[in-house]
Amino acid sequence: MDLGPHATFILASYGVFVLVLAALTAWLVYDGAQQKRLLDDLEARGTRRRSRSAGKDIQP
Amino acid sequence: MTNQSITQKLANPTRFMSLSGAVLPWLAALAVAVIAFGLYRGWTAPPDYQQGETIRIMYIHVPAAWLAMMGYALVAFSSFGLLVFRHPLADVSAKAAAPIGAAFTLLALITGSLWGKPMWGTYWVWDARLTSVLILFFLYLGLIALRSSIEEETLAAKLTAVLALVGVIILPFIKISVEGLSIPWLGLEIPAWNTLHQPSSVFRADGPKIHSSQLYPLLYSAVGFSLLFFALHMKGMRNEILRRRVKSLRIAEVDRARAAEAAAPAE
Repeated sequence: MDLGPHATFILASYGVFVLVLAALTAWLVYDGAQQKRLLDDLEARGTRRRSRSAGKDIQP
Repeated sequence: MTNQSITQKLANPTRFMSLSGAVLPWLAALAVAVIAFGLYRGWTAPPDYQQGETIRIMYIHVPAAWLAMMGYALVAFSSFGLLVFRHPLADVSAKAAAPIGAAFTLLALITGSLWGKPMWGTYWVWDARLTSVLILFFLYLGLIALRSSIEEETLAAKLTAVLALVGVIILPFIKISVEGLSIPWLGLEIPAWNTLHQPSSVFRADGPKIHSSQLYPLLYSAVGFSLLFFALHMKGMRNEILRRRVKSLRIAEVDRARAAEAAAPAE
């Protein structure tokens, strides 16, 4: 496919788009795995959450 | 309990985790499929009679710009939910949406700049549209920075929510920066600013101004990237709920250790 004289701009746009979205997705997946691991470690140590009544409304 | 609304049901983080865990893989797969279809249609569509092959940039630039604004609207809506209704997941939603919205805003700026150079002869001009989108990007960064600078989570959530609601004024400003605003029955007439940026070609009172061979791929692409946005947002919310559970367990662990320490001398 011939993209003409402005091929560099078109390919650079798509390249940056893929790069940023891939980095964002990778960060979210890594962060999720890390939080899951930390939670599993704490639960394996027998730590339990305080009662619901002691929790704050914006802290699930 | 049977009369609970959907938002009340989803207010329970455990229920949200269960539901989102089931939905997320399908949503992500659907997003990828629709984006692939939209971009395939976009790349096989005929080139524009004026802009030539650079019209291909439209299929990513326009959805990124729409999602940059939609992301901020989501942050503001969630912030409203926190401040007014104290919805347990509202702050989780606002916090998760900010970096995703910032990423799409950055993409709108970069792809717009790369499209502007061959079409306008410059990467950047300080006109109302480009500058207001840059301010939107800084607003996102401000929200992220403000939240991370305050250790007390409840206070950080409230202050960030107030800033998000104040900043929502940027959204109509971005919209009217190119097209102006005319509401005759209110006597309101805001002229369009002088800008290189073209007015909207899709959402217009007199109907879309672009050919269907370009319009449909653009809409498919926009739907696909919107689905991706919601999938990433859902993933971000799940991560945030896990992070808060970890924090809660760590506090419980410290409390237990302190209680044991305090009880030790008495034994």
